[in-house]
Amino acid sequence: MSNRYNYAAVLSVVVLIASAALFLGPKVNAAGEGKITGTVKLDGAAPHMKGIDMSKDPYCSKAHATDPAHLEQVVVGANGGLANVVLYLSEGYSGNPTASTAVPVFDQKNCMYTPHVLAMDVNQTFKVTTSDATTHNIHPLPNPMTGNIPWNQSQPPGAAPVEKSWKAAEVIPVQCNIHPWMHGWFVVVKGPYATTDGDGKYTINNVPPGSYTVTAWQETYNTMTQKVTVASGAAANADFTFKAK
Amino acid sequence: MRTRLQNWTLLLSSAALLAVPSVSSAQLSTFDIEKRIGAESHVGNVTGHAKDAEPAYRRYCVGCHGPLGDGNGENAPYMQPPMYQQPRNFQLGVFKCRSTPTGTLPTDQDLYDSITRGFDRSNMPQWNTLSKQERADLVAWVKHFSPRWAGEKPGTPITIPAEPEVTPERIKAGRDVFARVQCWKCHGVQGMANGPSASTLADDLGRPIAPFNFTEGARPKCGDTDKDIYRIFMTGLDGTPMPSYADNIKPEEAWDLVFYLRTFMAQKSPEKEMAKKLDLKPVDPDAPAPQQ
Repeated sequence: MSNRYNYAAVLSVVVLIASAALFLGPKVNAAGEGKITGTVKLDGAAPHMKGIDMSKDPYCSKAHATDPAHLEQVVVGANGGLANVVLYLSEGYSGNPTASTAVPVFDQKNCMYTPHVLAMDVNQTFKVTTSDATTHNIHPLPNPMTGNIPWNQSQPPGAAPVEKSWKAAEVIPVQCNIHPWMHGWFVVVKGPYATTDGDGKYTINNVPPGSYTVTAWQETYNTMTQKVTVASGAAANADFTFKAK
Repeated sequence: MRTRLQNWTLLLSSAALLAVPSVSSAQLSTFDIEKRIGAESHVGNVTGHAKDAEPAYRRYCVGCHGPLGDGNGENAPYMQPPMYQQPRNFQLGVFKCRSTPTGTLPTDQDLYDSITRGFDRSNMPQWNTLSKQERADLVAWVKHFSPRWAGEKPGTPITIPAEPEVTPERIKAGRDVFARVQCWKCHGVQGMANGPSASTLADDLGRPIAPFNFTEGARPKCGDTDKDIYRIFMTGLDGTPMPSYADNIKPEEAWDLVFYLRTFMAQKSPEKEMAKKLDLKPVDPDAPAPQQ
């Protein structure tokens, strides 16, 4: 019974791939791909970000002697642009994980995470590095039920980078237990993605032509979605505005 | 000024709020679990069968670990951290005591050893009165609660070189490792669990947890032989703030660290004698961290 279904599934996949290869041929490549650009803004006054007391680790407090550290749940740049927002195609993207060869880097610098939010594709390799002369432990907390398994590795000063990947799409909190203020995010999505820069601007590259739902994720304001149609080789626009709570 | 209790209540309630989405997806029904009743375990030459373990589980384990293995047994509400850790949630498939690298499943032998050894300073007693077969069956039963075992194999146990002889040089070298990887950040320079970060630690589910205090005569939760201690810091205790140091401590250095940790312990040991003769001082927390 289930065997027959399996055959049917395999057969239909084969037929699909064959027909796709026939109709689209080698045209499905970077040339036909479009992109989605836009700006994410915050409407209203940005909430006050508390300063961080790093006095428990003299190395950390010294690193921030002239430039005090603040929490980073909401980081607003020029003209209300919202940083650290992850944008991805939540609907309409049927391609495989992009299997991007780029290796996103999550650095521990001056006892903060740089970047605060690291987006990546499912199964994409990422790297955790340390620039600090104090020991960190890098401790992501996925839900084991998703297929992503929590781990916890130390990174003393000068430690080699830790290279990992995640099996399933999930928003994963990351923390350092030694420095309890250190809190960041791994946002694992399927397919092309982008993270906003300090001014809230973003570009999702390598988007095949088609209609999509773009989702913007922000750690405090949760998500917003928008329908976008991307024409072959063209850039579509999608701006988002989160309302300050 | 908030009291400690208020702080904890805040922490716990925020953790509970955060945990809502994950808990709802983490709850498995009896139906989901019973699909895996065929689970087996292999410990030495004994094969354990989940289907044979139910009577023993219902008699000895269910009160704390609960009928669904989620750690919500009827006694669970009375075990409050940090005095007592909550019973393990087997559905998550995340275990402290492993011979395998961080982020991997433990071996059947690891689970068998945990059941046999019990957990010092917790409500989990030693179950060495149960027969080998009963314990192996219970290992299979523990495994049948989590879907992780269906799709994943246990990790490859870490290689532990033969234990060298204790020498004063090795103890001194162990002190250098202790300083370099900054164990004292949580465990304190004298192993008294009073490091600068000790008071802020929480486990993966947001519950307060204390680092191990070497000085009060307690046994480490994952065993008290030299090999056990070696394994603890080289694999990390998954689900807790204790990370794996496998990438940053070389195997021979790891033995040095084991010997140095012994000098903190209340129990008499050759290491303690040697440290006394050496007049070894605790590491200086204000010294800049030496580079690797």
